[in-house]
Amino acid sequence: MIQIFLNELPLAVAADTHLAQLKAEHAPQADLAIINGFPASDEARVQDQDRIVMIQRGVMPDRAQLEALMMARHTPGVHKKVSQSRVGIAGVGGLGSNVAVALARLGVGQLILADFDLVEPSNLNRQQYFIDQIGMPKVEALKANLKRINPWVQIEIFAGRIDAGNLGKIFTDVDVMVEAFDAPDQKALLTATHLKQAPDCPLVAASGMAGYGGSNQIRTRKIRKNLYLIGDQQTAAQPGCGLMAPRVGIAAHHQANAVLQLLMGKEPE
Amino acid sequence: MKIIVNGQPQQAEKNTSIVALLQTLSLNPRQLVIELNRQILTSEEIANIKLQADDQLEIIHFVGGG
Repeated sequence: MIQIFLNELPLAVAADTHLAQLKAEHAPQADLAIINGFPASDEARVQDQDRIVMIQRGVMPDRAQLEALMMARHTPGVHKKVSQSRVGIAGVGGLGSNVAVALARLGVGQLILADFDLVEPSNLNRQQYFIDQIGMPKVEALKANLKRINPWVQIEIFAGRIDAGNLGKIFTDVDVMVEAFDAPDQKALLTATHLKQAPDCPLVAASGMAGYGGSNQIRTRKIRKNLYLIGDQQTAAQPGCGLMAPRVGIAAHHQANAVLQLLMGKEPE
Repeated sequence: MKIIVNGQPQQAEKNTSIVALLQTLSLNPRQLVIELNRQILTSEEIANIKLQADDQLEIIHFVGGG
């Protein structure tokens, strides 16, 4: 007998088994099979430790299958931790929508999304929305997009303005909070209010990611206890130096990685 | 009197308010998070508090974009 992984789950099979036999026994409906990342024909023989994925076109994996897939990719320890976590995202524009997509792909268990804005045509240059979503409230459009990535992430949305009075009521019991606003006064207000009201909950904020300057100037810094600031800390959005997908995406993914590090008990850097 | 701003010693007039100090540094208080002796300040506190000798001020400046 040899051991293979079929759709990420371990399986013992006889040596020299043909792919056609495997398919007949375990996935008769499958339209295609992929061995170790490459499409394979029915005549192929499976080898020890092969990773085989059988796909039936148009059929979505169920929750258990997707969980097994994510666990295999992320390791069981990471998967368990992130799937039990709850993360708040204040603002779902260029930063927040990209952070949310990364966290949904990670399988973070619960996301809270808050923003008052509607999807505008100019947002499509960097934000995770589609052209047929123009005019929708961003939180609703993003929830729909995240559900297409992972339908089992629990998503709470708040379509409205965030202020000192409602911040704690929107983002209840979060493990990590993300500041993803656009306007500098809103960024400062959210950061100060959060650190005052929830001093034990880490905040990952961002400042300085406009233009197409150096990628490596975007950094993750610890500013004080429970405040991490991402960006080059100086390049503001202004005429002639706009916000664009690559650099905003770099900053957003620094933020998402800082969230993951915090969830795993690691100090972001 | 001596105060510390972002880790650097600096001279300030006695009874200087935080707002006045920010004006001399050409900073807009609405775009800042300010920590005085490790305590985060609200906008009211920024408007009202006067600095004392040896106060430690941390100024975190946000620029626009997201």
